[in-house]
Amino acid sequence: MGNHSDGSPNHSGTVATAGQNEVEKFQDPGLPPHRLRLADTDPVAAKRAERQVAILFGTSVIGTLVFLVAYFAIDLGDDTTIATIRTQNLLLGLGTAFAMLGIGTGIVHWAKALMPDHEVSEERHAIRTEEDRQAAVRIVDDIVEETGIKRRPLIRNTLLGAVALAPLPALAIFGDLGPRPDDALAHTMWAPQDGKLKRLTRDPDGTPIKASDVTIGSAFHVIPEGLNELHEGKLNEKAKAVVLLMRLDPNSLNPSEGRESWSYNGIVAYSKICTHVGCPVALYEQQTHHLLCPCHQSTFDLTRECKVIFGPASRPLPQLPIAVDAEGYLVATSDFREPVGPSYWERDEHERLINS
Amino acid sequence: MSASSTAEAPFVPKTKVGSFTNFVDERVGGSGILREFGRKVFPDHWSFMFGEVALYSFVILLMSGTFLTFFFDPSMAETHYQGSYTPLYNVEMSVAYSSSLNISFDVRGGLFMRQVHHWAALLFVASLGVHMLRVFFTGAFRKPREMNWVVGGVLLILAMAAGFTGYSLPDDLLSGNGLRIIDGVIKSIPVIGTYTSFFLFGGEFPGTAIIGRLYVLHILLVPALILLMIVIHLFMVVVHKHTQYPGPGRNDGNVVGYPLGPVYAAKAGGFFFIVFGVLALMAAAFTINPIWNYGPYDPSPVSAGTQPDWYIGFVDGALRLMPGVINDFHFEWVIFGRTLTLNVLLPALVPAGIIFTVLFMYPWIERWITKDNREHHVLDRPRNAPTRTAIGVAGFTWYCVMWAAAGSDLIATHFHVSLNDVTYWLRTLFFIGPVIAFIVTKRIALALQRKDREIALHGRETGRIVRLPHGEFIEVHAPLDEYKRYKLVGFESLAPLPAEPNEHGVVTRKEKRRAALSKWFFEDRVAPATPAELEAAHAHGHHEAIAAGEDQKSLSH
Repeated sequence: MGNHSDGSPNHSGTVATAGQNEVEKFQDPGLPPHRLRLADTDPVAAKRAERQVAILFGTSVIGTLVFLVAYFAIDLGDDTTIATIRTQNLLLGLGTAFAMLGIGTGIVHWAKALMPDHEVSEERHAIRTEEDRQAAVRIVDDIVEETGIKRRPLIRNTLLGAVALAPLPALAIFGDLGPRPDDALAHTMWAPQDGKLKRLTRDPDGTPIKASDVTIGSAFHVIPEGLNELHEGKLNEKAKAVVLLMRLDPNSLNPSEGRESWSYNGIVAYSKICTHVGCPVALYEQQTHHLLCPCHQSTFDLTRECKVIFGPASRPLPQLPIAVDAEGYLVATSDFREPVGPSYWERDEHERLINS
Repeated sequence: MSASSTAEAPFVPKTKVGSFTNFVDERVGGSGILREFGRKVFPDHWSFMFGEVALYSFVILLMSGTFLTFFFDPSMAETHYQGSYTPLYNVEMSVAYSSSLNISFDVRGGLFMRQVHHWAALLFVASLGVHMLRVFFTGAFRKPREMNWVVGGVLLILAMAAGFTGYSLPDDLLSGNGLRIIDGVIKSIPVIGTYTSFFLFGGEFPGTAIIGRLYVLHILLVPALILLMIVIHLFMVVVHKHTQYPGPGRNDGNVVGYPLGPVYAAKAGGFFFIVFGVLALMAAAFTINPIWNYGPYDPSPVSAGTQPDWYIGFVDGALRLMPGVINDFHFEWVIFGRTLTLNVLLPALVPAGIIFTVLFMYPWIERWITKDNREHHVLDRPRNAPTRTAIGVAGFTWYCVMWAAAGSDLIATHFHVSLNDVTYWLRTLFFIGPVIAFIVTKRIALALQRKDREIALHGRETGRIVRLPHGEFIEVHAPLDEYKRYKLVGFESLAPLPAEPNEHGVVTRKEKRRAALSKWFFEDRVAPATPAELEAAHAHGHHEAIAAGEDQKSLSH
């Protein structure tokens, strides 16, 4: 393939090429002649380079001292401010930087200016020689022969079987890494407990919300009553139960059949956990009634039951059915009617379970 | 006779250092090792430094990371912060986050070490990536280095794994939301997704196990694997000896460069300190991951405009680009009562899957197309392999489109454009960006090759304008010396390899496909200038050099 006469129109024809491949290519002229540096010919320049290297090493010493002074002289007592920490960080960093750069640039300058810069050529050797290969084959043959594995298939097959099965316990022993999922993802804290409906409370302080507090255009970050009192699994429950509460003009809501009673006076509650991969859908655009997830920009339309109008989510945010209790506080009349958060393999099964 | 008898007499060291070295040498055979490696030749080029940067960053990661482990506590138990950062005083948080704050505010030099560690991690993955681009574009992955290319790819994946597991450890709001996204992606995996999520988190997200588990992966398993891969990688570099750029005196049978001792060792060793110094400078002056600003992890709040570390960006960007619904077509399907959520599964797995599959297989793909079984130790200049270079730039462009998509919200806010429009544009570029990049790159590479030909044949432009007796102005061209010329002409220009029958005299369908690919690869090519052409160019005379150049410009088909 070194021959470029195939299809290449580069033959001017003015010179007799005689068809030899050798004349088609330029000959390698070999390594270019070595050029001396200033420091090689001029002792003054060499002396100057020597001094420069020494100065660079000296800079490193100063850097080390700066670090030590910054470490021991700046005290991080109880009343330290961010400014003190920033100053110390800057000085420690600059000290280290000078200490390291001084050594590094000094050595490199020394190598480039004063050490010999003759390029040398070394032969490459074959990575594998044919002689070695044959010797290796003989050795392997002898080893295989001595084990007798070819003549004793019973040993070979039982060994293969044993080795194939032996890793199974190593897999099985990880079985307790986590519990079985079962239907944990299908339920949240909003389910009424002992017949008592859960109140909607403010995130994070947990004070209940009166329907009269929710003015048109306002939005509340909501957690279920009792969440803050949990001692275990608080974040797990919160990760499923957080809700956004908003009040719109009742006429702009378009509830579908069966969902007419899920809102109260234009007050609606939707899961705050994005149906894409579970970020909190924390941005409410008051004018357009859109909810936006800041992670991947899925956009949901509140006026159309949080239908996806942009972005990577594929499902609307689940709605929490709400009403008002005797004291005027907002309550959830039931748990979500579908699993919240990102989709998973058993999701549809769980949805049917919830609604059965 | 007397000479050989003295050589056999036992060597008696004369100094203390000498007797110590001799003691070690007699027991480990250091002299033999030194004889083998002390003057080993290494080619030198600035682009060979990226791998060194990666190696040194890793060493710095090990050192700074060890310091951090002395103070970090990977527990997710609840605590109330009592440290000196007043805005978070008495706030409920995990022990992991609290100890990260303590490292930042109450351990002298702790913030510095955290910042060195984070910057070094970013630089580690970046230098690995650039090193792999260098290897790809210069064809250094060709025989005998295919396996080392694969080891490098594994290192890239491990580096990303190390980065992500470390990113999540402080248990701040930002990293918690990152884990939330990972959980959502894992749950989208068919059949085993929900179980995998429960097994990883020890139950429901976020649980109380994940930080401790990631910690063990981050400080033990992943670094050990990285170290193992680095050892294999460097061992193979020694076996293969380093590649070299083309030039006079360099060929596939030799290696031209500086001897290890002293020049190369000094430059490479000094470079470690330079990398360390630059990282220290960055850690001193530029804040990275100010966890105290984000607060502890809580599933409810999220900060707008948050970004993952840069190397995870392309996956996050792919997640953002994928539409969940097109008109009324939903990408979430229910099949036989099971939920398949393609709007998450496809972008999370497919682009990364394609990138890494092609990356790992590329040496064998090119080898199959060219049927080239020779060893290559001289690198290609990227322009001299136009199609490969174009493929590389196309892939890189694809990656960059996804990477840019991870910042779509920031692009929109910084440039005051519509977020939706940014997404629509990036979706378009996702498909046509690589195609445009391929075509443009290939044309540029071919143009540069033609430029090389012209310079080789007619010399370089001197900028000296001369007026000839009959009034014509010409620019004088200075001929190149033979060394400079050889650099421009001493490459091999592969031509399409037509389909060949196999031993049964049959041209198989696979062989036909190979031939078609070979044609696509090599039909546009510029052959290197030949001595005959140089003769012809000289015969034209200097004043006609430019005109002759136009005639001779050749792009063969």
